[in-house]
Amino acid sequence: MNIPKDLYYTETHEWVRIEDGFAYIGITDYAQDSLGEIVFIELPEENDQVTQFSEFAAIESVKAASDINAPLSGVVVTVNEELEDNPELLNEDPYENWIMKIEIEDKLELNKLLNAEEYAEVCE
Amino acid sequence: MYYDKLIFDLSTEGRKGYTLPKAEVKRYDLPKSTYLRDDCPGLPEVSELEVVRHYTNVSFKNFGIEKGFYPLGSCTMKYNPKINQDMANLPAFASLHPYQPIDTVQGVLKVYHDTQTWLSEISGLDTFTLNPYAGAHGELIGLMIIKAYHRDRGDSKRTKIIVPDSAHGTNPASATVAGLESVEVKSNPDGTVNLADLKAVLGDDIAGIMLTNPNTVGIFEKDILEIARLVHEAGGLLYYDGANLNPLLGVARPGDMGFDIMHINLHKTFSTPHGGGGPGSGPVGVTKALKPYLPKPVVEKQGDQYVIIDEPKTTLGQISHFYGNIGVVLKAYTYILSMGREHLPEIAKYSTLNANYIKESLKDVYQLPIEGICKHEFVFDGLKDKSTGVTTLDVAKRLLDFDVHPPTIFFPLVFKQTIMIEPPETESKQTIDHFISIMRQVALEASQEPDKVKGAPYNTVVKRLDEALAARKPIVKYKDLETN
Repeated sequence: MNIPKDLYYTETHEWVRIEDGFAYIGITDYAQDSLGEIVFIELPEENDQVTQFSEFAAIESVKAASDINAPLSGVVVTVNEELEDNPELLNEDPYENWIMKIEIEDKLELNKLLNAEEYAEVCE
Repeated sequence: MYYDKLIFDLSTEGRKGYTLPKAEVKRYDLPKSTYLRDDCPGLPEVSELEVVRHYTNVSFKNFGIEKGFYPLGSCTMKYNPKINQDMANLPAFASLHPYQPIDTVQGVLKVYHDTQTWLSEISGLDTFTLNPYAGAHGELIGLMIIKAYHRDRGDSKRTKIIVPDSAHGTNPASATVAGLESVEVKSNPDGTVNLADLKAVLGDDIAGIMLTNPNTVGIFEKDILEIARLVHEAGGLLYYDGANLNPLLGVARPGDMGFDIMHINLHKTFSTPHGGGGPGSGPVGVTKALKPYLPKPVVEKQGDQYVIIDEPKTTLGQISHFYGNIGVVLKAYTYILSMGREHLPEIAKYSTLNANYIKESLKDVYQLPIEGICKHEFVFDGLKDKSTGVTTLDVAKRLLDFDVHPPTIFFPLVFKQTIMIEPPETESKQTIDHFISIMRQVALEASQEPDKVKGAPYNTVVKRLDEALAARKPIVKYKDLETN
């Protein structure tokens, strides 16, 4: 299972990458592997307010439907709209294909997230 | 194959395969009106033989309980005895009209009322309505009753409903439709509700809890009395999802466990046709305190007369056309009557025995995540040997080649490779032994020729389908199918 060292994680299998003061958010390799072939994603909209550990998107695979939770609170700056027509990109490379970019509201919330080592334990 | 085209494609102008019965009323010419159509409707023009060949061929493409074993977990695909159909087809029932005067339909109202009474006795709930059309409809009505009950007590804070992580998908869906927010509680490793997790979410914002007992992994919630006490103490109500009622029939009653409200799937537990062969029926039962909220019309017995009460004071209102699916009620009534009080418990016992027999016979080759006695169904977590990469989906597809309907797969989500097997009491030991031998053969193939299993099915009308493509780019029109 691919768990990059430089990301933060949630117990519900989302990742966050901090870049230029913004947070890029996606689902982990474990999540895409468990879901199987992803067929649909309901994306948030720009300027939506998202809340840490609350649902911001919904995802469907051939096996199941599932909510995706925001690892951090903030306002949505950009949505990866390519996923709308090609949700399978999340299967191909879940870390390259982020779902949304948000403006971080409170950096202290990062303390509540897991590092790669801690997340690896969750996946066992 | 020629005859399995659409029947419209078999049409030839002027061909006729019917004779109309002699008219029993005088001929009457409709007045000229703009509402009369100019052309004949586009009905297929085919001979009787073409109709028979068409539908016979189409029926071969289908798989049903009358074709083979159908161990679909949480669905109770039991055989529907023909006598049920015969009774529902009796002209005295089939030709009734819902607007007939009440004194001319006392017979069917007796059937209706008796069924309500028997369901009460079987489940331990005070009163039933037979109006809801299906299980999920029953869930929605049940949740609306829970909401109305809290509202009338002036308790408007209760907006959340607790649902275990192993619950049927309809539970959180019904909650959302009813305007309630679902809160998930985790399962213990043995599949039962985690009491600590439950206690943590109980509070004055909880409207109630939805439980299936035995739950979707086939395990009886042994702490149910404690769960009922905790939820009631917190001011919530208990809703019983009746999908898994089969192993309790005549043995244990949801009402005695502390449930306030429940639905029963007549099309599962009481042997009326199911799924595409429906329609279904999802009677809802309640305790005395909740009786005033039941939808209308309500059928009651006053003296030796059956009456319809159309306007109970605090009813939710009408949730179905007339009285619900009467034909389905007639079939369930016939089933209960044919089993009788003395044989109903055998349904529970034999379905439970069948499930345990299969579980114990296969656990050396399939991964059994929860040891111990199950009820009428149980789950495997895929093949024991996972080294070959053969998944639960592959096993399910391979079963099709042996004329077995696959079990429920990838549900509940508490395991990664779930196979949920439910062998109803209507199956003989020979059928079950045959199924076990097929499951063993598939497991053997998975270790010796994994690619064969991964490529299954081979003997079916259509081969392995591209499920992802079907979901991403569905073809929803017959015309588009032809051009593709």
